[in-house]
Amino acid sequence: MSVVVFIDTRGDKLPKAAQEALTYGKHIAAKLGGGVTAVTFGDGANLEGLGAFGATKVVVAKGVKTIESQQLTKLVADTATTEKAQVIVCVHDGTGKAVAPRVAARLKAGHVAGAIGLPNMDGGFQVKRNVFSGKAQAWVSITSPVKVISMMANSIPIESNGSPATVSDFGGDLGAARVTVKEVRKSGGGINLPEAEIVVSAGRGMKGPEFWAPVEELAKELGAATACSRPVADMHWRPHHEHVGQTGVAIRPNCYIAIGISGAIQHLAGVNQSKVIAVINKDPEAPFFKAADYGIIGDAAEVLPQLIAAAKKLNAER
Amino acid sequence: MKFLVLISQVPDTTARIAFTNDNTQYDGNGVTWIVNPYDEWYALVRALELKEANGGSVTTITVGGADCDATIRKALAIGADDAVRVDAQPTDAYGVAAQVAAYAKDKGFDVVIAGKETIDHNGSQVAGMVAELLDLPYVPLASKLDMAGNTATVERDVPGGVEVVEVNAPFVISAAKGMAEQRIPNMRGIMAARTKPLTVVPAAPVETLSSTVKFELPPAKQAVKMIPADQAGQLIELLHTEAKVI
Repeated sequence: MSVVVFIDTRGDKLPKAAQEALTYGKHIAAKLGGGVTAVTFGDGANLEGLGAFGATKVVVAKGVKTIESQQLTKLVADTATTEKAQVIVCVHDGTGKAVAPRVAARLKAGHVAGAIGLPNMDGGFQVKRNVFSGKAQAWVSITSPVKVISMMANSIPIESNGSPATVSDFGGDLGAARVTVKEVRKSGGGINLPEAEIVVSAGRGMKGPEFWAPVEELAKELGAATACSRPVADMHWRPHHEHVGQTGVAIRPNCYIAIGISGAIQHLAGVNQSKVIAVINKDPEAPFFKAADYGIIGDAAEVLPQLIAAAKKLNAER
Repeated sequence: MKFLVLISQVPDTTARIAFTNDNTQYDGNGVTWIVNPYDEWYALVRALELKEANGGSVTTITVGGADCDATIRKALAIGADDAVRVDAQPTDAYGVAAQVAAYAKDKGFDVVIAGKETIDHNGSQVAGMVAELLDLPYVPLASKLDMAGNTATVERDVPGGVEVVEVNAPFVISAAKGMAEQRIPNMRGIMAARTKPLTVVPAAPVETLSSTVKFELPPAKQAVKMIPADQAGQLIELLHTEAKVI
């Protein structure tokens, strides 16, 4: 009756989504009356420290250095079987998307992808997830004995009061890698957009890529990630990975500040689960104002310097 | 190269999202149905480009009822050679993947390609499940796909950056933005699509592992609080003291 949580611990610092996934697993394990086994790969440091977030055991496959979906699937599925896991938790990101569906198919386990909260386990097993690109949510009932949940970032407050976990190496055979990594290009050290709590986003109203400096400055002052609308990414003013919306990234930060974005339905779909939305647009008819908590009708060039000054003042005060 | 492209039918991106039958079903009334943009713009078009460059064939597969046929013809109009529809009504991604895998397992496809997710279910699940059921390598979220003989070079999005990976056919891949540019079907394509083969195959027996029991719409927003442009700095104060989000 245990829970297995699969996370990517390879970087210098444990990703926030991994901390959330462990906390998420801990809550489920408490209901089931079992423990949490974290499963990971590569040579991440301080794996005992995963205990702080709820893991009692950690199983690591040090020989797997990259996201090789078949090897990692075998790692997770075999560990889940050994641990008699009833629930397997992954993060709904590039790593989780490579592994969770495969694990589910391998174990004939029902899989909820993009869960936005803890499961309801009273008399069944139902998980709430985003559908229609965030325009609605659905409760999905899993009826198989083993369940796989891929959790959206920013879905649960992190708890970090546990004691160190016991770490062991995975002893089984994971087979040969069939996908080989030739080159890795890290995106500029900014804040990872799906995990960001504050996002400053800008659109066509900025008039050109050369006007982005104040957007980045505001983001820096607020400790925010930067994002953009689809036309801006399509015109190559900003990189594609910054594009939020129906065909880009769906995010749910605490605070979304949109500058010069009209708020087409496809854009709203990717951001409407933000806790608070502030919209700055010179067009008072911009549809985004209907979805906003705070609004300013004004030109970005006029408004942004005031926001930066106010953010600097706030930072000086705290 | 034999390509199999997974095509899903979804509501148009501007479609109203509403539910019927006590919020247990999507209300498709008056909705325009389209090919899932990721399947069409990136997966299908890239498969066609590679076929045009190196030879081979492009087959599409869709799991669903006869109501999908018009959408499937659209994919044929863009250039696919033939289409398969598995006549099943799955309740989850596994149901779709198991039907695709049951059809594809003995057909010798070199590349099985799908969009990175559908814009209605957003699961990013089916392609990975197909890969597992067929015991094939899987490269999700690919923004670039090149083939030299049997070997593919792929760029894929991973947390914190992009990886360039190599994989040999046969494999499964999911396509993200950047892989190709949307193609608008021309009149010749539309005419040709009418007579291209659309084979309907019966559903394979597949167990149900999960199903959607209820939909919810997000709660309505409170009225927006407007701040005069010449006092824009107030926004930062309100976000800090009132909303408490910065």
